[in-house]
Amino acid sequence: MKATWRILVIDDEAVMRESLAAWLREDGYEVDTAASGREGIDKAREADYAIYFVDLKMPGGIDGIETMMEVKKLRPDASIVIITAYATVDTAITAMKEGALEYIVKPCNPQEISLLVTRIIKVRNLERENEILRRSLTGRWRFHDLLSKNPRMQEIFGLVRDVASLKSTVLITGESGTGKELVARALHFSGERAEGPFVGVSCAALTETLLESELFGHEKGAFTGAVERRKGKFELAEGGTIFLDEIGDISAKVQVDLLRALQERRFFRVGGSAEVTVDVRVVAATNADLAEEVRQGRFRDDLFYRLNVVAIHLPPLRERPEDVPLLARSFLERLSHELGKEAEDLSEGALKALLAHRWPGNVRELENAVERALVTAKGRVLTEDDFAFLRPVSEAAPGWSVPTHLPLSEVEKAVIAATLKRNDGNVKETAAVLGIDRSTLYDKLKRYGIER
Amino acid sequence: MSVLAVVPIGPSDDEVLAAVEGVVATAFGRKTARLTPIPEPAGAFDAARGQWSAPEMLKALLSARPPEADRILGVTGRDLFVPVLSFVFGQAQMGGPTAVISLARISQAFSGLPEDRPLLLARARKEAVHELGHTFGLVHCPDPACPMSLSTGVVQVDRKGESLCASCAALVKERTPAARPPEGRTG
Repeated sequence: MKATWRILVIDDEAVMRESLAAWLREDGYEVDTAASGREGIDKAREADYAIYFVDLKMPGGIDGIETMMEVKKLRPDASIVIITAYATVDTAITAMKEGALEYIVKPCNPQEISLLVTRIIKVRNLERENEILRRSLTGRWRFHDLLSKNPRMQEIFGLVRDVASLKSTVLITGESGTGKELVARALHFSGERAEGPFVGVSCAALTETLLESELFGHEKGAFTGAVERRKGKFELAEGGTIFLDEIGDISAKVQVDLLRALQERRFFRVGGSAEVTVDVRVVAATNADLAEEVRQGRFRDDLFYRLNVVAIHLPPLRERPEDVPLLARSFLERLSHELGKEAEDLSEGALKALLAHRWPGNVRELENAVERALVTAKGRVLTEDDFAFLRPVSEAAPGWSVPTHLPLSEVEKAVIAATLKRNDGNVKETAAVLGIDRSTLYDKLKRYGIER
Repeated sequence: MSVLAVVPIGPSDDEVLAAVEGVVATAFGRKTARLTPIPEPAGAFDAARGQWSAPEMLKALLSARPPEADRILGVTGRDLFVPVLSFVFGQAQMGGPTAVISLARISQAFSGLPEDRPLLLARARKEAVHELGHTFGLVHCPDPACPMSLSTGVVQVDRKGESLCASCAALVKERTPAARPPEGRTG
């Protein structure tokens, strides 16, 4: 383990720097040196070291304490040992207050340095072991792009594995942002159709005519603008899986067409007279209560039963709090890499804040929250302050008063219209702010007749 | 074949030198050559510390090294230091040609005890192998019985042996160029 640890010695005096480096090299460590605080900070930026030995008095430029504080900003977990010839209690206290791990007075006893280094390395080894264990645990809870240690979710992963290679239609239900599409993808990619295409269609975003043409394709001249024959998503998904998102939003006409396609695996392109046969596995998803829609007469019961052969219901994030830290850390790891940020962890306070939140937008909202916190965060550890935007609106904006005389739908309509206006009609941003997905927003815009 | 030069820095102690020569010849598989003593480098003494600088001693050894010697070991009776440490038993250039050992602190007299020659000779042998081992690129060995283990006090020196452990010995062998027959006589 020794050889993998690197040590940085920052001292302006060459003889001091080199003699300490030589001593540590004899002990088997890889040692880099820096002749000034500035050089030391640059090196810390390039690589992480197990221990930083920093000389307290470095004339001109940055002194030891400042160097240490800069290194700490870059590497909050750095083990910093201050070296000084000036043994005064004051400087020792300052150094320790600013985060130095140890304080040694030169010339120091060889045994003292040897014990100190051994002790720090031992701790670093334990930390590394801990990290490796944590990573292997994350691996244990991962299923394709899904991550959960919740027992209900684990059961779902098992069910997905079991039905992946069947041709049966699957209906995935759950609130917005619970990962319905990810489950659909997991179904596709863990089954025998993995080599075939996975084609997604958001049914809520399209008008009836467009959706029909999108699903089944159209012949040349079928309608104004149909200048050539076009294959629909069903045909494009040949040999693979078609994912029909927001299935609860399709019109009565499309319901009929879809039912026929599901029953017979055959359909007509819009404006066409020749039947098209396909080998496609259908996975549908909705955040609506489809059984209730059937009772209300808004959704065909025969289509519902045809879709609901295998039912998977995803629990909302608030019902699986154990996943909040797991998911938040996983998003942090991926997003910090994507955004070129160096954040490594979440503070206890940040986790507490995340656990206290209700997550109406579920996992998607959590992902957006981590991204938003990352963009503005300064340190390598995200704190509760970085997640201040999660605090209830009433606390964040005390001027806002809750209406107590309106139907809920009116309130929702007003909130959506105002948010859309504030975001200059941008649906993507509006959906993100509202914590719902785009197709849900389209649906609501349509339902409330809100102009973009 | 490479020669390992042994040289007293200042007053020489023949018994110690002979003991050191014997052990290093075995440990590193090469002949030793004793050089005439060199003077203690004037700039090596630090009056404030009352000690002698080990890096300065190494510099003096570098200029004293004869061309046929690929390594040189200096032996001094002075108490040595490196700037960051309060003392050292010896010092070497990692993977380089020079090493020095001090007899000052490994002598019982340093602790106010009666002199013990056999003990001094044993300690000198171990420290000579230790410092020369660094010139072969060896780092401190986790085996407390190996002379390459770290000693920050005489108790640890006394606990270790004189022979390199199997893995340190193998590393020395690996880093020693094989003896080649003189050119032109290969068959």
